Amino acid sequence: MAYETVLGLEVHIQLDTASKLFCACPNEFAGEPNTRVCPVCLGLPGALPTLNEGAAAMVARLGLALGSTVHARSIFARKNYFYPDMPKNYQISQYDAPIVTGGALDIGSSTEPRLIPITRVHLEEDTGKSAHPEKHGDREETRLDFNRCGVPLAEMVSEPALRSPDEAFAYLTALRRLVRWLGISDGDMEKGSLRCDANVSLRPVGATAFGTRSEIKNLNSIAGVRNAIAAEVERQAALLDKGEKIVQATLLWDQDKERLQVMRTKEEAHDYRYFPEPDLPPLEFSAAALALETKNLPELPLARARRFEASLGLSAYDADLLTDSRDLAEYFEETVSAGGPAKAAANWIGNDVLRTLKETGGTLAAFRESLPPKRFGAFLALASGGTLSSKLARDLFARMIEEPGDPAELAKKHGLVQESDTGALLAVAEQVLDANPSVVADFLGGKEKALTFLVGQLMKQTKGRANPAVAQDVLKEALGRRAAPR
Amino acid sequence: MSRPLWQESAGTIAERVESGALAVDDVVRAHEEVAEAWEPHVHAYLTRVKGGIRPNGEAPAKRKLLSGVPVAIKDNLCTQGVATTCGSRILEGYVPPYDATVVKRLKAHGAVIVGKTNLDEFAMGSSTENSGFGTSRNPYDVTRVPGGSSGGSAVAVATGSAAVALGSETGGSVRQPASFTNLLGLKPTYGRLSRYGLVAFASSMDQVGIFSRSASDGARVLAALSGHDPLDATSLPGPALDFDALDLGEGAARGLTVGVPRALLGEGLDDDVAEGQRIVEAALQAAGATVREVTLLPPSSWVATYYLLATAEASSNLARFDGVRYGLRAPAKNVLDLYRETREAGFGAEVKRRILLGTYALSAGYYDAYYGKAQKARRRIQEDLLAALEGCDALLFPTAPTPAFKIGEKADDPLAMYLSDIFTIGANLAGLPALSVPAGFTGGGLPVGVQFTARAAREDLLYRLAAALEHQLSDPLERRWPTKPS
Repeated sequence: MAYETVLGLEVHIQLDTASKLFCACPNEFAGEPNTRVCPVCLGLPGALPTLNEGAAAMVARLGLALGSTVHARSIFARKNYFYPDMPKNYQISQYDAPIVTGGALDIGSSTEPRLIPITRVHLEEDTGKSAHPEKHGDREETRLDFNRCGVPLAEMVSEPALRSPDEAFAYLTALRRLVRWLGISDGDMEKGSLRCDANVSLRPVGATAFGTRSEIKNLNSIAGVRNAIAAEVERQAALLDKGEKIVQATLLWDQDKERLQVMRTKEEAHDYRYFPEPDLPPLEFSAAALALETKNLPELPLARARRFEASLGLSAYDADLLTDSRDLAEYFEETVSAGGPAKAAANWIGNDVLRTLKETGGTLAAFRESLPPKRFGAFLALASGGTLSSKLARDLFARMIEEPGDPAELAKKHGLVQESDTGALLAVAEQVLDANPSVVADFLGGKEKALTFLVGQLMKQTKGRANPAVAQDVLKEALGRRAAPR
Repeated sequence: MSRPLWQESAGTIAERVESGALAVDDVVRAHEEVAEAWEPHVHAYLTRVKGGIRPNGEAPAKRKLLSGVPVAIKDNLCTQGVATTCGSRILEGYVPPYDATVVKRLKAHGAVIVGKTNLDEFAMGSSTENSGFGTSRNPYDVTRVPGGSSGGSAVAVATGSAAVALGSETGGSVRQPASFTNLLGLKPTYGRLSRYGLVAFASSMDQVGIFSRSASDGARVLAALSGHDPLDATSLPGPALDFDALDLGEGAARGLTVGVPRALLGEGLDDDVAEGQRIVEAALQAAGATVREVTLLPPSSWVATYYLLATAEASSNLARFDGVRYGLRAPAKNVLDLYRETREAGFGAEVKRRILLGTYALSAGYYDAYYGKAQKARRRIQEDLLAALEGCDALLFPTAPTPAFKIGEKADDPLAMYLSDIFTIGANLAGLPALSVPAGFTGGGLPVGVQFTARAAREDLLYRLAAALEHQLSDPLERRWPTKPS
C-alpha cells in the first residue's frame, strides 16, 4: 500500500546569549564540569530565577522572522518531573502562553517557496548532563555536570506539515541558516546547539485523518534526522502492511548503530503537572520594544536572494550560494557597492574566496579583514577591465590577500601589468624563435598550429604579462622576417 | 539605666552602639545569657552561634539602622557557612554557600545574628510541632505551643534572647505566633522583602516577616531590609521604607479610618480574643482614628483556596530534595529508590501530606477543578479585600480565633490545625501587608492579638496604628515579660 509520510519537528535551539537564562553564569560550551554554576542554576534551596531579557528578545526576533505572532505577554510555567541532571526536578519552560505562535518557515528556494507552518516557539532552560556510569574506586557512579543547566533554549514546534525525510533535512538546513542569519545561535547540531525530536506517522495516500505517531528523540545531526525518519517510515510501513497497529511510543535513535530503539510507550508517559511559574512575573514586550526589534530585523535569506536575482541579475544558483550566510551576503553586496561588477563578484566569491577559506580553514570574518569589500571591489573592477589576463588576475588576488594596498599599485609593484609594447615584446619574440628553431621551421613549413606553442613560450617568458593579441602579432611579424631571405 | 540590656529596644541598642556608648560584645553576651536560661524550657533555636554571626566584609549601609542589634532568624533563611535545615531531617547538616538577601542586609546594617530558630518543617504548620527537631514551647505557658510556623523566632523575641527576629509567612506563620507571644508580627506586602535565600514553600505567597516588641523596632527592621532586590523577580520596585520620615508619635493614628468586618467576629471566636478586639477598637477611637464597619466574604473559602494553591506550589518547590546533590541521602540501589528512600526518611508526615495534596491538585484531569478554580477564588478574595479597604486605611480583625493551644491538642487533627490560620490567610492570598499587634491577655495569662491589613506597600500605616495603640494601651518597654519556669 502507498502511504503518505506526516512529519512534525520540535527543535531546541540553544541561544547564543552571553549569560544563562536565569542567572549570571557564562553561557559557554564545554569547560571543566561544574565550574559554570551558581546557587540559581544549581537549584539550591532559596535561590530564585531572574530572566535574561536578551534571550527573550532572541525568541521574539525568531518569531518576527517567521512571520509569527509575538505575544506582548507570555507566561513561564514549571514542567515537573524527576531527573538527576535537573537540579530543581522541574524545568522552567512555557506552556499555554508561549512567546511566539503561528508563522511559517520557508524551506524552499528563492524561486520555489515551500512554507512549513509553525505552531509555537517558547523559551526554556536547559538541563545538565549525566555521564555514563563508570567505576570510581570500588563503586559504579554516575557523575553529573551542571554547566549546561540554565542555558537558554528556544523550542520551535512545527505543524505536522513535512512530507518526507528530505523535507525534514531541508527544514533543519533552512532553520540553521535562519538562526545563524539572525545571530541567535551558532546552529551547530553536532555541538548540540540544535536538537531535534521528530514526530512521525503514516497514512494511506489520500486519507485526511492522521495515523498514530511515534516520537524520535536524540537526533544530533541533520543527516541523522533524515536517516532516523527514513528508518521509522520503513518500520511503520512494514507494520501497517502486515495489518498491525502502530503503538504510540517514544523512540531513541542510535547514531552509531543507525538503529531505533523504544524508550517508552504512551502508558509510561509523564504527567508534567504544568503550572504557572510563581517565581517569574509574566514576560512582557512593550509595543516600542517589538517595533524596535522589527525595525532591526535583517533582510531574510530568501528575500535577499530574490533581490540579488532581480536587481543584480544573478542566477538563482549564485543567489542561493551567496545567501548561505549573512556574512557572505554582506560581503558580496558591499563588494558590489565598492565598484565590483555583480557577476564577477559572484564568480570570484563563489570560486576563489570560498576555495581560499576552505584551503586555509579560515573564517570569512578574518578573510574580510585582509581583503575588505572596498579593495575587493576595486580589484574586480580592474580585473574586469580587459587589461589583466585571468592568470594575472589570480596572481594579483593572491597578492591582495597577502599585503595591503590599492590593486592597481600592487599590480605595478609586482609587475602584474599587461605588456602591450610592440618593441619590447618583439625582442622577446626573437629570443623565443631563436630558442625553438625546429618549431619555427614547422611553422614556416606550413604548420600553422606551431604558432600556439610559440605564443605559449612567449607568455611563459613574460610570466604571463604579455597582451596575448600583441604577442601573436609580434610573433607573426618576426616569423615573417625569418621567412623572407630565402 | 536600670533596665537590663536584653530588655532594651533595638532602636536604643543601635543608637548607643553607633555612638560608642555600648559595646556589641556586651549586648551579645546579655542576650546569650537569656538564651541559655530559657532554652531548656522553650527550645527556640536549632543553631546558636556563639558571639553571633557578625558583619564580615559586607559593604555597610549608608545609615546603619541595626548596629549591634541581636537578631534571631528562622532556619529557612540561608546563611552562608551556617547550617540551614528548614526544620527538616532532609536538610540536616546542609550548609548554604550563600546568604539570603535579607541576611546580607541585616549584616550591612550592623546586626548580629544570634542564631537560627525552630520552625514547623519547611514552614508547614501552626505550632512548631511539625519540626523535625523537637517542638518549641510558649514562654507564657510552656505546656502550650508558641504558634507557628515561625514559633522559634517568636519565642526568641518574647523571652529577650533577641531584640527582633525574622520569620516567614505563607499563611500566617509570623502573625499567629506573634499573637500567641505578646509581640508585633509583620507580614509585609508580597514583594516588599526579597525572597532570595528564603527556602520556598509556596512561592506566590511566601514572604519574610518581622517580629518585634514595638512598632518602632519593627519599622526599623523593615526599613533596613526593604527596597528592590534584583535577585528576586517578584521584588517590588522602589526604595526602602524611610524610617526617619515615619511618625510614630502619639498622634500617629489621628485621622485614619479602620474598617471592622463585624461578621467575621462571630462563631468560634474565643471570648478573650473578642475582648481584645473591643479594647483595640476603643483605643483607636481614643487615639483619634475612626472605626467603621465593612463587609467581607466569609473567610471559610480562604482556607480551601489556600490549601490547594500552597500545596500545589509546595509539591513542586520541594521536588529538589531528592538526595542527589545535598542533604540527606538514603542508601539505595538505583536512582528511583534513592528518591523514594530519601524522601520517605527525610520528610515528616505533614510535609508528605501537603506534597501529596499538591501533586493531586496539579494532576492531569484535576488541574481545572482544583488548581484552576482555586486561582479564580484567589482573585475573588483579593478583590473582596481591596473592596473592603476602599474608604478605609486598614482592616481590623483578630489574628487567630484562640490564644495559644496546648501542645498535642491539634497535632492529630490537621483540619483543626489549618483552621487556626483562618483569619491570617486572606492577606497572603491577596498579597497585602498585615500586622498582628498585642491585644492584652486572657485571664489565664495568655497573650491575644489582633491584626491590621492595609493596601499594598502601606506598611507605614500599619506601624502608625500599632504605635498609636502603644501610646494608648501600654508602653512596650513596660511589657509583661514571661516568667521562666523554675
